[in-house]
This record gives sequence, C-alpha cells and structure tokens, in this order.
Amino acid sequence: MTPNSIAVVGAAESTRMGTVPELGQVALHADAALNALADCQLSPAAIDGLATAGHDPAEIAHYLGLEPAWTDGTSVGGCSFITHVRHAAAAIEAGLCSTVLITHGESGRSGHRTHRPLFPSQFSQQFEVPFGATIPPTKFTLPALRFMKDCNVSEEQLAMVAVVQREWAALHPRATAREPVTVADVLGSRMIAYPFRKLMCCLVSDGGGALVLTSAERANDFPTRPVYVRGTGEAVESPAITWMEDFTTSRAFRASGKAAFAEAGISHADVDHLMIYDAFAHVPLYGLQDLGFVERGEAGAFVAEGHTRPGGRLPMNTNGGGLSYMHSGMYGMYALQEGVRQMRGTSPAQVDGAEVSVVHGVGGMFSAAATVVLTNVA
Amino acid sequence: MAETQQDAPAQPLLIPEAEDFWQAARRGQLRLQRCSACEHAFFPPRPFCPACGDRRVENFTATGRATLYSYIISHIPAPGHTPPYAIAVVELEEGPRMMTNIVGCPQTPQALRLDMPLQVVFQARGDMTLPLFEPAEPTP
Repeated sequence: MTPNSIAVVGAAESTRMGTVPELGQVALHADAALNALADCQLSPAAIDGLATAGHDPAEIAHYLGLEPAWTDGTSVGGCSFITHVRHAAAAIEAGLCSTVLITHGESGRSGHRTHRPLFPSQFSQQFEVPFGATIPPTKFTLPALRFMKDCNVSEEQLAMVAVVQREWAALHPRATAREPVTVADVLGSRMIAYPFRKLMCCLVSDGGGALVLTSAERANDFPTRPVYVRGTGEAVESPAITWMEDFTTSRAFRASGKAAFAEAGISHADVDHLMIYDAFAHVPLYGLQDLGFVERGEAGAFVAEGHTRPGGRLPMNTNGGGLSYMHSGMYGMYALQEGVRQMRGTSPAQVDGAEVSVVHGVGGMFSAAATVVLTNVA
Repeated sequence: MAETQQDAPAQPLLIPEAEDFWQAARRGQLRLQRCSACEHAFFPPRPFCPACGDRRVENFTATGRATLYSYIISHIPAPGHTPPYAIAVVELEEGPRMMTNIVGCPQTPQALRLDMPLQVVFQARGDMTLPLFEPAEPTP
C-alpha cells in the first residue's frame, strides 16, 4: 500500500455500548454502520466494499441492503478489523472498489448471537479443552507467568496496567468503568486465574463499531477530518495458546509491527499515541516490547513509572482499553475508533498535537496480530 | 485424584491423526512423532513434518520427562475439574510443548515453580485417559 493513499472518512461506535439487550448481534453491526455513514454523510448505496468478522459478509451486506463489489470476511479474532483496514486499503488502491465499510457488532454481554466469533481450533479442542482450558481467561493468560519471570514483571506492575488505563477511562464519558482503582484494589479483586485478578481481565460488553474508507483524493469531499492510513501489517502465528512459539514474545506482534512501521517509514520517536489491544493486562506489555517501544524486560517498569498514563511521554490505550472502556469480545474496532478520534482531535482524552497514532491488535489467544499507523498529516 | 472430579472432562472430537496418541495413553505411553528426514520431534500429530514438509514420520514413545514452562491456577469451573487447579504448559524432554494439569502437589504458586522437573502420569477420566504431570522431586 502506498502510505497515505487511503483515508478513514467515517467512524462511529454503536449508539449505546455496555449492556444493550434490545439489539441482536447483527443489529449492532447495522447500528454502528448507520452511525458511521451518517458521520461522513453517505447513504448505504454509496458503499461498494464490505469487510466484517465473525459473520458471513453476506449476512451483514443483506441486512444493510448493500450490494458490494468486494468483500472481506477475514476473521482472525479481535484484531480482524485492523486487518480489514489493511485489506481495504489494498482493494481500493487496486481499483476493486472505491468506498469500503468495515463493521463490527457483538452481543458479548447479552448473548443475542448464534455463535461465538472465533473459529474453533482442532488442536485446542483435542489437546487443551480436556485440561479445563475452555475460555479466554484460562487460555490467553497462560504465557504470563513465564513472561513475568523472564521479563522482570512483578504482580504489582501487571496491576499497574489496569490502574493506568482506569485513569484514561475516567476522561471518557462512554467508558464503562471510570472509578479510580489502586494497585491494592486490583490485587485484591477476585482471583480468576492466578496471577490474574478480575480487574486484570477485560470487561464483557455489547456494542459495535464501523469505519468508512476511501481514497485520499476523495477524502476532502467529506465533512470529517481525514485520517490517513500510513502503514499496515498483519501476521498469524498459532491456532491455540499452547503452540505460541515463545511465551515471552509474540512472533505475530513482531512481524505485524515491523511491517507497519516499515511501510509507514516512521520510527518509534514519531509515535504520539498508541493503542495496544488489552484483553488482559499482560497483552500491552508484550506489545510495548514486541513493537520495539521498549527493550525486552523493560515493559513492566515502563508502565509502572507512568510513561503511558495521562501526561506521560507515550499515551497508551487512551479510551481505557478493554479493561475499562468496553470489550465486546472482538475489541480491535474500539482501539481503531480511539485512534481515529485522536487523529481527528476529538477524543475526550485528546493528546495535544498528536499527528501519528499506532493501533495494534491481537487476535485469538496470541494467534494473530494486525497493526495500522494512522496520521492526520496528508 | 478421582475425588477431585465433578464429572468427566469435555470430550473432544477425535481426529484420525491423533488416534495413536490417545490409544497409547490408555496403555500408559506418551507418544510423539519424529521426522525421518530432519529428525524434528513434534506434537500434536500430523502425517508430515511441520519443520520440513517431509511425509516420512515415525511415532515413538517419549520419556515422559518434562519441565514446567508456564501455568495459571484456574478458579473457574470446567467439566471434570474442581477449582482451584493448575492448567499448565510443559516442555517435554524431546522438545515439544503440551498442555496438561499438574497433579500430586498443592495447587499453589509456592508448590508450582517454573522450570521444575515433572514426570508424566496417566489418569482415566470419563472415556479418555489423559497425560498429566506430577513433580519429579518432592515439593515444598
């Protein structure tokens, strides 16, 4: 993809988030999609490309009344929508379509859905489920003790990830959990899967989000401030946590991040704002190291010293993240939304003068990764 | 350990390539595969080598010796398990890693030390026989 050749012109979340019992999962996709279309003053008829995850794209297209000439149903977990940005940029640049809608909706809390979004792995079903590893809190968390031992992370530092993100959430009116918490609060919350306490685990929410992308030449025809896609990366690693190559570093994170930074032609010093998907508190620590923001063994101290908190030199997860903002199950769309808000200058937790935002997501249990570099500088 | 079980663990759909592994577990053997071309040892079973793609692979019986690579102590109920219990990934002496439960010691961070030596044991659970691991040396 040519850097800055594609722009996000429409972006919105569902009208309500958190607990939305009145809408089924497909309707959450549609609610967010209609909000994103209204954001850039387009009608559904203007959409000729559709990407979505967790559903057959035909279901979403038909429900919204779309007739797309290009679809992408890549479904690699919560980072899928970040992957879609990459694929959509390539499709628009190749002339396969001109205006792409990316939709997410998930009834994670109310359960108004027919299936869970992630494809089940035969290896996981055969060789993990019999041992009791049946849900993300007992799978995604498994590498953490090895990471903590080999990368010098204490339980208090792990707790600090949640503490700092709650500080950001306090600035966001739409965040679900906004009350301040301390390290003692986090360590004293209910044990879920040692060393993970409840406040180190993501929320379980209903919600949706959608983006509209088109070529940079058309971007100024819309009422919104264009947010350009400067670089992208994606990677897949293993279908289940047991076969993650190295529990102290994500191969998928490294590959995806390296590709995005190279395409964007940026260094870490250029990054003003960072989103790293946080299904659980350890994931941003992997991201900080594997994307190269800190050296191996430094991420725990980096967060504990306050560098990612409001006023810090690397503002991270400024919506409060999956731990405090919301987490429907496939959170990547909300990380993108905050990246777009920051580049538009409209976030309630706005980083003054931010020009470059990196949005990095994880899919499955460290199974996949996707990264985009966004900028408001054409 | 039968007294710790609420009911049988979830029964997976068994794939043909894994039949030797589960049959051998009933006989008290931990089976792995090795590539005849590049000698890479691997798990889970596949009819080819994931390192080099060669289809010539042999099944062999592992020593059952392993070390504790990482774990969590789950406080969440799951079929066949009574919380709190450890879900672990162990590194086998031959190289591959596998998920298991650690038995024969307290399910505490004090007893479960990363890199501790382990030995496989087999336990019937429901219709399956699972390879579990216990400390190879006395635990504190």
